[in-house]
Amino acid sequence: MIKIADITNIEERKAIENIIRNYREDSGTVISLLQDIQGHYNYLPAYILQLLSRELKIPLSKIYSVATFYAQFSFNEKGKHIITVCDGTACHVKGGPLLYDYLINQLGIHGGETTPDKIFSIEIVRCLGCCAISPVMIVDDELYGNLNMQKISKILSKIRKEEMIQEGSK
Amino acid sequence: MIIKPRELWICRSTGCNSLNAKAVHDELVKQIKERRLTQIEVKKVGCMGLCQCGPSILIQPDNVYYVHLKPKHIPEIIEKHLLKDQIVQHLAYLNQETEEFIPNKENIPYYNRQRKITLKNSGTIDPENIDEYIRIGGYENIEKCLKKYKPSEVIQIIKNSRLRGRGGAGFPTGLKWELCAKEINDTKYVICNGDEGDPGAFMDDILMESDPHSVIEGMCVGGYAIGAHQGYIYIRAEYALAIKRFDIALKQARMKGFLGRNIHGSGFDFDIQLKKGAGAFVCGEETALMASIEGKRGTPRPRPPFPAQSGLWGKPTNINNVKTWATIPHILSMGADSYSKIGTEDASGTIILALTGKINNSGLVEIPMGTTIREVVFDIGGGIPHGKKFKAIQIGGPSGGCIPAEHLDTVMDYKNLTSLGAIMGSGGVIVLDEDTCMVDLAHYFITFTQRESCGKCAPCRIGTLKMLNLLTKFKNGVAKMEDIDELEHLADIVKKTSLCGLGQTAPNPVLTTIRYFRDEYEAHVNGSCPALVCKDLIRYEIIPTKCVGCQFCAKNCPVHAISGEIKQAHMIDSNLCIRCGLCVVQCPSDAIRKVGM
Repeated sequence: MIKIADITNIEERKAIENIIRNYREDSGTVISLLQDIQGHYNYLPAYILQLLSRELKIPLSKIYSVATFYAQFSFNEKGKHIITVCDGTACHVKGGPLLYDYLINQLGIHGGETTPDKIFSIEIVRCLGCCAISPVMIVDDELYGNLNMQKISKILSKIRKEEMIQEGSK
Repeated sequence: MIIKPRELWICRSTGCNSLNAKAVHDELVKQIKERRLTQIEVKKVGCMGLCQCGPSILIQPDNVYYVHLKPKHIPEIIEKHLLKDQIVQHLAYLNQETEEFIPNKENIPYYNRQRKITLKNSGTIDPENIDEYIRIGGYENIEKCLKKYKPSEVIQIIKNSRLRGRGGAGFPTGLKWELCAKEINDTKYVICNGDEGDPGAFMDDILMESDPHSVIEGMCVGGYAIGAHQGYIYIRAEYALAIKRFDIALKQARMKGFLGRNIHGSGFDFDIQLKKGAGAFVCGEETALMASIEGKRGTPRPRPPFPAQSGLWGKPTNINNVKTWATIPHILSMGADSYSKIGTEDASGTIILALTGKINNSGLVEIPMGTTIREVVFDIGGGIPHGKKFKAIQIGGPSGGCIPAEHLDTVMDYKNLTSLGAIMGSGGVIVLDEDTCMVDLAHYFITFTQRESCGKCAPCRIGTLKMLNLLTKFKNGVAKMEDIDELEHLADIVKKTSLCGLGQTAPNPVLTTIRYFRDEYEAHVNGSCPALVCKDLIRYEIIPTKCVGCQFCAKNCPVHAISGEIKQAHMIDSNLCIRCGLCVVQCPSDAIRKVGM
């Protein structure tokens, strides 16, 4: 079992200490705790959950019960670029499902999955609240509206190109 | 040359932002600075309502509205409008019907039929600057309440206004407050429900983004009336901008002394904490939401006890929707009687609708209760795009229902919508045209509620899954006639026996589509999808006379289902085809169409 002292990466250790402080001093709840962890790691690593369970004296079962209830939390590491596809009603009636199929085709993964090279993850959400410009999706925190297959294709190739340049410069 | 002083209001809400309002805003600021136009002020404002036309700028005091802007349009606006007082016609709103440009915002049919009360400040003030809210009389109402009225008098005002909860159920707000105020307890809470989970609804999001201080002030008033000193605002995690702006608003309100200890020297203490949701539709239900604020799994519990007696952490709690809270300061400003006079006998005031789907003018609309559906869809919404036929509206999200064309003249209020099998809900209106399959839509909503069912009670957990399985049979073309009755029967049971609002209303989309569109269910039994949506019941075909044989579709088909020689008509192998529709989008000569099997 890992302890805080075992974490050698200083940045990671600082982040964990911050998370603990937030929980203790800011009348935290299990939800805010998990949001903080996911905010740092982009998913919920098992060893961190075990560590915090002991440190904060919250039963691991309680953490697990909350983590599995809410759609926001994930136990799997996500890709570098997260594509959040909106499946709200307006997007649905304006051709959203066809665009989702197109994404599946292009990336070879479904909602909630990550490509083997850990570059893309697809997530599905119910309504991003900008139905007037549906269908919409979010790629790397940027929202794209009035989508069609061509626009998605452009977005994907732009990311792929950047990734190739980065890969080449290594 | 004399340049008139003007204000340029640019919408920086989620809708416009995603259409790249930032680039337009940056360019505007840059050019104004470069040209040293000191008499021109650029101001970031909240949503102006017509999201479809973003990014948009409103020039004041001229009231001229420019839409669909790109950074390249900025020099023209500056040179013509600001420097020469000429209106840039081609950047104004285009009326699709008359093909006329309408530069003055007040003359646009979308706006001039609305009545803005709750949304009055939205799109006119900078939501990140409390001084703007104060300048238009903000926080005067809480001061008035603290200095002039007893808590019971505040409740009486709200009762006189006949305001009903805008979250969906429509419970009288004044009465709700009174129930909570009657409880004797040192600790009470007020909560603002900003967990707007209905797909297709974004009123609360826009309101929180555009005018957070009205919500805060409303909650202060509520806290005073009820005797609560702590408030919570619960916002769903997906609404990043609303969370950010609310956070700023709370900090500013504390700095100015509108929140915290001894507000306005009255001895009344009140503060608000922001809580982020974590992605669960059921948390919009009040008891589930309170469990979630406590950090637990958001599952509902049976009532009674009602939150007014035992709510958050077992204390008396009053929970209202964002729109309800935001309306409170406006009622106090205009007077309960004036507010009460608007609307119908059933419901006073205005409703905010998020108008989307197959409609020309999509966006946020505020209308008096009692407006007809026809006025909303055709007069304000501008009708259906591409000359298609109107089929129905879907109102109230997954808890609501579909209302078909024959009821277009229905006057909208809580009672009338309920009698048609739908609900007012929180006000999401999705317009459907002839290309929408009603079976597919019912399937969509049940997929949603089935996934979001928390699993606590059997009717909802098992019943929605059973309903989903039946609906899938229709979509796949393997259902039998008796399945329609089975579906209705099951829907009735789920409705009557579920624990909370989620399950009790989940069957509404199914029941209303069967009630008004039974023929479509029957068509699916007979193997056809009249709207050509359900994939198992359609195929794509190439029209040989139109196909030019460019091979574009064949090269791009992800499953190589298209074959043909160059410059000759192509063929689609339906057995291989996955009905993705990519070929239709890419065909340069419109030669591919959907047909029934």
